[in-house]
Amino acid sequence: MKLRLSKDLECKTLAEVKVGQRARVVELLVEGLTRRRLLDLGLLPGTEVTAVMRSPLGTPMAYDIRGSMLALRPEDASKITVKPLRS
Amino acid sequence: MGINLGTERKGRGFYQENHGDLEKGHDYLVALAGNPNTGKSTVFNALTGLRQHVGNWPGKTVARAEGSFTYMGKRYKLIDLPGTYSLLSTATDEEIARNFLLFGHPEVVVVVVDSTILERNLNLVLQVLEISNRVVICLNLVDEAARKGIKVDAEQLSLDLGVPVVPTVANVGKGLNDLAKAIAGVASGAIPTSPRHFALKAEIRKALDEVTPHVERVVGDLPNIRWITMRLLEGDARIRQTLENGELASLARLNQDVSVVATPTEAELKELFHRVQIAASRIREFFHDHIVSSIYADAEVIVSKAVSKAEGPKSDRDARIDRILTSRIVGFPIMIALLLGVFWITIEGANIPSRLLAEGLFWLEDQFTLLFRWFGAPGWLEGLLVHGTYRGLAWVVSVMLPPMAIFFPLFTLLEDVGYLPRVAFNIDRFFKWAGAHGKQTITMCMGFGCNAAGVVSCRSISSPRERLIAILTNNFVPCNGRWPTLILMAIVFMATAFPPAISSVMASFAMVTITLIGILATFIVSALLSRTLLRGEESFFALEMPSYRRPQVLRVLYTSLIDRTIKVLYRAIIWAAPAGAVTWILGNVYIGGETLMTHIAGFLSPIGLLIGLDGIILLAFIIALPANEIVIPIIIMGYTGASMMIELESMVELHVLFTAQGFTIITAISLMLFSVLHYPCATTTHTIWNETKSAKWTLLSNLIPLAVALLVCFVFTQSAHILGFF
Repeated sequence: MKLRLSKDLECKTLAEVKVGQRARVVELLVEGLTRRRLLDLGLLPGTEVTAVMRSPLGTPMAYDIRGSMLALRPEDASKITVKPLRS
Repeated sequence: MGINLGTERKGRGFYQENHGDLEKGHDYLVALAGNPNTGKSTVFNALTGLRQHVGNWPGKTVARAEGSFTYMGKRYKLIDLPGTYSLLSTATDEEIARNFLLFGHPEVVVVVVDSTILERNLNLVLQVLEISNRVVICLNLVDEAARKGIKVDAEQLSLDLGVPVVPTVANVGKGLNDLAKAIAGVASGAIPTSPRHFALKAEIRKALDEVTPHVERVVGDLPNIRWITMRLLEGDARIRQTLENGELASLARLNQDVSVVATPTEAELKELFHRVQIAASRIREFFHDHIVSSIYADAEVIVSKAVSKAEGPKSDRDARIDRILTSRIVGFPIMIALLLGVFWITIEGANIPSRLLAEGLFWLEDQFTLLFRWFGAPGWLEGLLVHGTYRGLAWVVSVMLPPMAIFFPLFTLLEDVGYLPRVAFNIDRFFKWAGAHGKQTITMCMGFGCNAAGVVSCRSISSPRERLIAILTNNFVPCNGRWPTLILMAIVFMATAFPPAISSVMASFAMVTITLIGILATFIVSALLSRTLLRGEESFFALEMPSYRRPQVLRVLYTSLIDRTIKVLYRAIIWAAPAGAVTWILGNVYIGGETLMTHIAGFLSPIGLLIGLDGIILLAFIIALPANEIVIPIIIMGYTGASMMIELESMVELHVLFTAQGFTIITAISLMLFSVLHYPCATTTHTIWNETKSAKWTLLSNLIPLAVALLVCFVFTQSAHILGFF
């Protein structure tokens, strides 16, 4: 039997993670102040993140990050690469 | 583009600044630190009760609350530091907090942590432990954690952190006595502490070991030398500065009894900075990453030992509420309905107390009149004091107090349960479209209270471009001072136009509509600014949405009555008295057979009529520049000529008076539109100047709203004319 990586489990950005999906942070593609802010909020490579809910207008998306709920705009979330996890 | 946000720093060091204004008379100085939304201010309020006052941090416009409490015969002074996630960034709030920890000499630092999200809170805790030796952890919200099935072992945590950990539920007062006891113990030295220093990655440890002895040689033996060295390695300009101006050395002198530490010489510093640079060049690129990941790695270890999560169904109350409040279908209707509800309760509830107050205060005016006549006081004095000054005051109190005493507690309640972050979440896309920062929702909400406070709160937006947009548009949300005008117009004209059964509802609808028009103006003007004068990219934005919390009704009543209602009323009163006097003089000084007021109003009248208003209303807006609260009282004084003895005891009489002056529903709507959209009050303008230090932007902050107000009122009035409503 040939093992095939499910399309869902490929590396993508946090902005592409759907509501209810879990993912692990791979890399932060930002520098400077934004990077510091993300790090201070506990978003580091290796951190597990779950997309919790979407604003009624579509964006931003709220994520569960180390137990706290943080909303990020897609422009910012797309600068974080993640690896989706099986729930 | 010429953005100048006036971030120049004061030359004086923090050490002097902080000691300059601390009055003596306390035994110990205690600093209160913590992440935002941990209940830090609840802990502060619970410990200090009413013995507190709010000022500003020296040289900054960030609010600084201080208070005191007594425990076992000792007096403790408590300083509430700004809520921050970290002390590593260069944001104003973080700088204030860490400078106070470093140079303010607190004997004890209390870190308030949210036990439901301990791991993230430990980020700050571990940083504080680097700077301060004597720390107490206040493990707050343990009830909320229990509800979520999270159990934190305080003893284990205390063992790992090397400082006392006290579980509390601050909003019901649980654990606060133990907290005071721990603070006392740490302050007196009865409870020894040995703060944990987080494990560092090898390459950073190596650089630190290399540089630390040199730092020590220059500044002396400080307990937080490791932290200072880390800051130097990361290239922290502010810490470098404290080395150069001798602040750090004087700190070391205070720490050691012997004054062996001289202010470092230039040569010494040059050598030190050189060494720092060499060591840092190898690691600087990802220094911050290394530090933060070291901290979080440590935090994870601590949490794995101290925190246990119960298996089984955890409470998903928050998730259920969120699903409704941020729902695609009912999210927005609920927002509108809540706003409507707040206005409806305000309008319904304010009716009777307003009338009673007016009756009482105008009865008093009659008594004053009798008193003045009994003394045989001259007519002009009676007019100036009783019918000018006193009547102005009486109007402000009777008209403004009841709606405010209802509106502000209701609004504070919404704030307190955690609804505002959900509003920010729901409407963020509009801000994104407008090219504005997501935090602008929060600064707008502050503006609902007071635009000057709203403008100050824009400091939390670090990008100068987005901060200016937020500052320039804050005025479009109606503030405390303008609610009375709006509510009164809504009651007098909207309500009376409909049958009594639905009149309050219609008035509330009018209020919601006018508020939404203000918010719409915010979006449109923000969008125009970010596409013309203030072009640029939106900066990073993360919105924390804390758990819903049961509101503390007593605290809500206290803060909204004392902090908001009384303050606004006080401001209205101190401005209403002189404005009343000015209005009376304008109405009673005759030039060529006409009063001064008639002359000015006549001059302004053509402009007024074009935009649906009249000369008196425009004059009122000009006189009320210091405080918008008094627009309606001035209009009334203008209409009654300030000399007639008219007692306006009910809304119906007010309606009669206004209608007699040619007021129509068009006038009322134009007045509401003008009130919401026009230039900011003098206090706000002054604050904008303070915040921007730019004549250009201060001027624009007045001209843009004025242009918008004139345009909207003109278009509205002329369309109404054309459509034949007039």
